[in-house]
Amino acid sequence: MSDVATSGLDDAPVSDSDSAERIFRLDETSAVLRLSEAEAAALAGNSEDPPSGDSADQRMILNMGPSHPSTHGVLRLILEMEGETVLRSKPVIGYLHTGMEKTAEDLTYLQGPTNVTRMDYAAPLFSELAFSMAVEQLLGIEVPPRATWIRMLMCELNRAASHLLFQATNGMDLGAVSMMIYGWREREEVLRFFEKVTGLRMNHNYIRPGGVAADLPDGWQKDIHRLLELIPPRLDEYDKLLTGQPIFRKRLQGVGVLTPAEALALSTTGPILRSTGYAWDLRRDQPYLAYDQVEFDVIVGTHGDAFDRYAIRLNEIRESLRIVEQIVDLMPDGDYRTQDKKVTPPPRARINESMEALIHHFKIFTEGFHVPEGETYAAVESPRGELGCYMVSDGGPKPYRMHIRGPSFVNLQTLPHLMEGGLIADGVAVVSSVDPIMGEVDR
Amino acid sequence: MSDGTVLYGVPVVETAGQVVLHPRVDQWLETVSALKADGFCMAIDLTAVDYSAHPGRTNLPDDVNPERFEVVASFISHVDGGRRVRLRVQVPEGDPSLPSLFNIFPGTEAMEREVWDLLGIAFDGHPDHTRILMPEDWVGHPLRRDVPMGRIPVQFKDSPVSR
Repeated sequence: MSDVATSGLDDAPVSDSDSAERIFRLDETSAVLRLSEAEAAALAGNSEDPPSGDSADQRMILNMGPSHPSTHGVLRLILEMEGETVLRSKPVIGYLHTGMEKTAEDLTYLQGPTNVTRMDYAAPLFSELAFSMAVEQLLGIEVPPRATWIRMLMCELNRAASHLLFQATNGMDLGAVSMMIYGWREREEVLRFFEKVTGLRMNHNYIRPGGVAADLPDGWQKDIHRLLELIPPRLDEYDKLLTGQPIFRKRLQGVGVLTPAEALALSTTGPILRSTGYAWDLRRDQPYLAYDQVEFDVIVGTHGDAFDRYAIRLNEIRESLRIVEQIVDLMPDGDYRTQDKKVTPPPRARINESMEALIHHFKIFTEGFHVPEGETYAAVESPRGELGCYMVSDGGPKPYRMHIRGPSFVNLQTLPHLMEGGLIADGVAVVSSVDPIMGEVDR
Repeated sequence: MSDGTVLYGVPVVETAGQVVLHPRVDQWLETVSALKADGFCMAIDLTAVDYSAHPGRTNLPDDVNPERFEVVASFISHVDGGRRVRLRVQVPEGDPSLPSLFNIFPGTEAMEREVWDLLGIAFDGHPDHTRILMPEDWVGHPLRRDVPMGRIPVQFKDSPVSR
């Protein structure tokens, strides 16, 4: 772990008690403004009659978003302000809700990844992975080792791409606009590799039940080595540009502080939980794929503030690249998808000579394969935290119910607690440091 | 299906390494409290399923009566590399409500709002019992199975075709 991860000035505020008491509060001292949208609109529109309280004449209701440059898409915040200070707030979501869980009930298991990949559009491969793992658990099939390692390679690159996007947007939100261009530039290099492998820069539909859609292209090692040479020096440049920069540090340090107990109470996962100093990473603690065969560090913070969340994500890019480097050496040969005839269509050559193969091929792509009745939950560590897929099958070719536990959706609950008592400008830094992807929040 | 095992006074089934508890509605809060006291420190997920289109499901223990709705919650303990349990509680169609877990796991606040919004299962004692994803004035609960899948209207789709 490099030095920058141990972030924070010594005088950065650390909560004295490790109690989550403030999360449970329901009265006026709570950080959450529990108003319906109609109530908030009535209050915001009527300045003659402000809410009661000691300093009632000073308080106002302010709407931020849903279309605001720093709300990462369509997040609306109802803020109760006193001057520049945020007292209570409530995130209002649903502006991007398209009923993807309902849609999933009408798609076969093979079509399913095309749907879930559009949830977290910054890290699409993780949704595909969770979905595919759930289907495979219900089917009771094992994927071949090469498919497992290809999945790991792609996911770690996707984690790096997602965190690079965070570096870009985080810099932009705080006024370091050149950072936006740098972050985007490096992410584009990763996306170019994705395009070569999957055919698409985003929304890949690459990880599917039973394996992956296609083998890695010839010469993929060369592309990976190029990325491994290109990106780490650029990360060191970010360190120079941002990590040690006094203005950047002052904007982030001590802003949006969360304690481990509060993070656990709010079901927070991912970099936000780790920023509190709580080392929990599914890749290490409940290894899936082949994460138990590679070496990496779980990056944790100390202060639970916005700066720690920045530093954790920056160093997780380094750890991801470290894993990718090991995968290049360890990548096994073999099939890239399972040879279970129930799930995988027969090869093209067989269709030409066998009527049964032709029927089989036709059935898989029209009706879809049947999955035994049951229910299961599969979880992966996405760049934003635990991404889970709960799936119920009634024995048919389509999921009876498919639910995605989106880390952004759950992590968004921390926003009011992180913004409480801060300035509205700190609120921008807080939203940025939570790094919500609204496609996954609203689904 | 049931092997007769009981945990926290609740029938438990283990399938493929996943531990699933089946409390009744009146055992809901005490089971979750017992889990929390036992080191399950985080409510990782809470969702619900409408089984009205799949009535004859077979993966329930013998002493659990299937109902239309089922609320499914996952909890995780971080001790010893992590353990997970899942709770499946049968919620009747006539009274689709369940006590809120807010006072035990406040992180379920948004998840319970989502279940209310999309499936219409009420959570008694929830501090902010409003819709979360659908518009506030929306009528109905779209993830219920009796709500048809949305379609984009296609011109002439229903008009008589000459063949």
